[in-house]
Amino acid sequence: MGSRLSGIFWSLLFLAVPVLGVATFAIAPAIDVWLPKDVSEHGQAIDSLFYFILALTGVVFIATEVALFWFLWKYDAAKNSRPATYIHGSHTLEVVWTIVPAATLLFLAIYQMNTWADVKMRRPVMAPTVEVVARQFEWRLRYPGRDGTLGTGDDLFLVNDLHVPVDEDVLVQLKSMDVLHSFFLPNLRIKQDAVPGMKIPVWFKATETGQFDIVCAELCGWGHYKMKGRITIESREDFDRWLETMYARQEATQPEPEPAEAVAQN
Amino acid sequence: MSLATTSPTLTQPTATGLGRPARKPRPIAEFLSTYVFSKDHKVIGLQFLFSTLVWFLIGGLLALAVRWQIAWPWSDVPVLGKLFAQQGGQMAPEFYTMLFTMHATVMIFLVIIPILAGAFGNFLIPLMIGADDMAFPTLNMLSYWFMWPAFFAFGASFFVEGGAASSGWTSYPTLSTNVASSPGAGWGQTLWLIGLTMVGVSSMLGSVNYMTTIILMRAPGMTMFRLPMTIWAMFITAILQAFALPVLTAAGFMQLADRTLGTGFFSPEGNIVNNAMQATGGGQPLLWQHLFWFYSHPAVYIMILPAMGMVSDIMTTFARKPLFGYRPMVYSIAGIAGLGFIVWGHHMFISGMNPALGITFMVSTMMIALPSAVKTFNWLGTVWGGKIQFTTAMLFALSFVSMFIIGGLSGIFMAATPVDIFIHDTYFIVAHFHYVLFAGTAMGVWAGIYYWFPKMFGRTMNEFWGKAHFFLTFVFMNGTFFTMHILGAVGFPRRLADAYHYETFHHLQPLNAFMTWCAIGMVASQIIFAVNFFWSMFFGPVAGRNPWNANTLEWTAPSPPGHGNFDFQPVVYRGPYEYSVPGMEKDHLMQTDPPNAAALAAAGAAH
Repeated sequence: MGSRLSGIFWSLLFLAVPVLGVATFAIAPAIDVWLPKDVSEHGQAIDSLFYFILALTGVVFIATEVALFWFLWKYDAAKNSRPATYIHGSHTLEVVWTIVPAATLLFLAIYQMNTWADVKMRRPVMAPTVEVVARQFEWRLRYPGRDGTLGTGDDLFLVNDLHVPVDEDVLVQLKSMDVLHSFFLPNLRIKQDAVPGMKIPVWFKATETGQFDIVCAELCGWGHYKMKGRITIESREDFDRWLETMYARQEATQPEPEPAEAVAQN
Repeated sequence: MSLATTSPTLTQPTATGLGRPARKPRPIAEFLSTYVFSKDHKVIGLQFLFSTLVWFLIGGLLALAVRWQIAWPWSDVPVLGKLFAQQGGQMAPEFYTMLFTMHATVMIFLVIIPILAGAFGNFLIPLMIGADDMAFPTLNMLSYWFMWPAFFAFGASFFVEGGAASSGWTSYPTLSTNVASSPGAGWGQTLWLIGLTMVGVSSMLGSVNYMTTIILMRAPGMTMFRLPMTIWAMFITAILQAFALPVLTAAGFMQLADRTLGTGFFSPEGNIVNNAMQATGGGQPLLWQHLFWFYSHPAVYIMILPAMGMVSDIMTTFARKPLFGYRPMVYSIAGIAGLGFIVWGHHMFISGMNPALGITFMVSTMMIALPSAVKTFNWLGTVWGGKIQFTTAMLFALSFVSMFIIGGLSGIFMAATPVDIFIHDTYFIVAHFHYVLFAGTAMGVWAGIYYWFPKMFGRTMNEFWGKAHFFLTFVFMNGTFFTMHILGAVGFPRRLADAYHYETFHHLQPLNAFMTWCAIGMVASQIIFAVNFFWSMFFGPVAGRNPWNANTLEWTAPSPPGHGNFDFQPVVYRGPYEYSVPGMEKDHLMQTDPPNAAALAAAGAAH
């Protein structure tokens, strides 16, 4: 185990960790393996917090990993003939590297509270735009009908095809019929578990029109992987027109909306 | 393991019940009592080691099958496809959910927890504190034998109707409590709960024993603050287990009752699964999550603290330098353990738990990063200014530090509640815990195996092949797990049998294929380890008592130590990390070295 070459080899292997680690994160956006496009109002805050933490942890990562490399390189027994430093620690250093990370972490904790409150606590005062009821393995949607109230006889029922208006607050009432599911909208930076027996409000404001994925992010059984929906974000006019079309179609095919009973039980 | 050295043990001569000279020689009974139903802590430790290594292999193969499906969904699976003969070699989606459930279950409950506490805890605690055995040798034997019902329960569950449990290792209701909700929610899930309970009993027996042994059976002079870090870590881990496990056991029984007696602790009213209304209700699915994580978050520390302790000891030995900041290291372990009880809610930020509660757990979670940071800085301080010997054990220990930095830092992303909204249940999480548990703990375990192998078997492992094993594992491991971070940044979800039909994820297959190739390489590299391990056991170079010139007590005993461990009464004069004391001829001063003239002179020179 004595050769100088082996020390060089192993030190460099440990240097490869920060080098390749940083390279991976640098290349990722270029090859499109990165945060998907954000089309929500609050997503900006989440993404910038992500980048802030990435920068912060990135600096610590590079500093500690390079320090580790440097110590291995410099204090290789095969290279240096000096005896090891006989030292049991340093009170000053311990105080410094306790207080500095503590302050940083505490700052980080306080800094993000507002974003969390915006996304999960400051619920807009409005009637639900749509009720989403998750079940194995589909998203059942229920829009209030012309009366604007959920749970009345004129509700509109759909599956997996969620439409919402752009630039408006949208309030989703999330439920589950059977097992846990998670309502994940990658492009809107929304994720919320659907829990049997609970009605959970989810809100967002979309900033761009387009079609995006709805993913189930909580294991819900063998068909979990295919529990896929689509969200269409469109202008108020398009949204109203679409609602009208769907409503007319439902009235034409289902004079007595049968699913109402099954869902109402929930 | 030679029992021929019936050395006169001066401590606790009545503690052992084996090898009484009055008994007539009965070879089979003798064999059984020595190697099978042994009460010797070293034999029990090795029994744990061999059993867990076998399960490590099984868990690794399960992981490969999971990776196969992620990389090449619905393509014929080699070997496994034929073995389970489904859909002409193709993997069914319910089989996939079973695979990742059992991969995690096996790795956590049958590998990491028992290999740390069971194998290393058993083997090392009496040796490192200078005792001749555990305080309760019979309990100790039982702690191993309670693993067998668990082995059978988990093993058999693969072959029952519907297959093994498939509701994730977290076993969230109502997927796990409602028999109609998935194929594995039948007998597989029941056996899973039984197995889990048995593992819990085993851990509890071990933890009571470790606490008692460490408190009561230390050698003369071995004060608490002269204990090696390994023992401190094992001690605090045992406390964690003793306090957290009862909650899991109770929760497990409640889930079992939900499934078999129809109690409905975790099922709400009006739950309709598979178009069938559930008879019972009045429960809350979130209750299980609270109870489960109340154990399983401390369990995360049960799964890493012992490795942290072992790595600290190994690093001082091969840096030939005292541990930097011994007391801060002890306090930070205690800090992690204490805070570990109030952070479980960070698994539940988006579960539907009150968001205000989420803020509380976010703050406590941020704070638990602090003791981990302190430990990391102290490890860096330990290698600084040392005389580093790049042995295999040292390389694994160093990689523990290097990888733990990654796993620790990525934890900050998910501690930040708003960011967690996006990355929760994505591969970012998978990357994080594999960096902590595989790149961290498993590397620590290998460091421990290479380091203490001479004490276990009296021979050293081959260094060249050890380094080859390290190099390949290190490279392939990072290829597999580091990439998961950026996959998670896309939002790529966990536990999906096939995610490529989503617009957001359709382009990620080549990256996943790369990771699977790395995973195959990683598992294949373990062949080198297996051959080296068994070859060295019988043909490796014979090691003396102290092949690494280390300081702690186990290196004063014969290799391997006979029954009763020490052939003299160890008396401890100093802490475990007196390396490179100025003015000394040799660069290490063992804990048992009497404070003779030379040492006194050295001590004088140091002050």
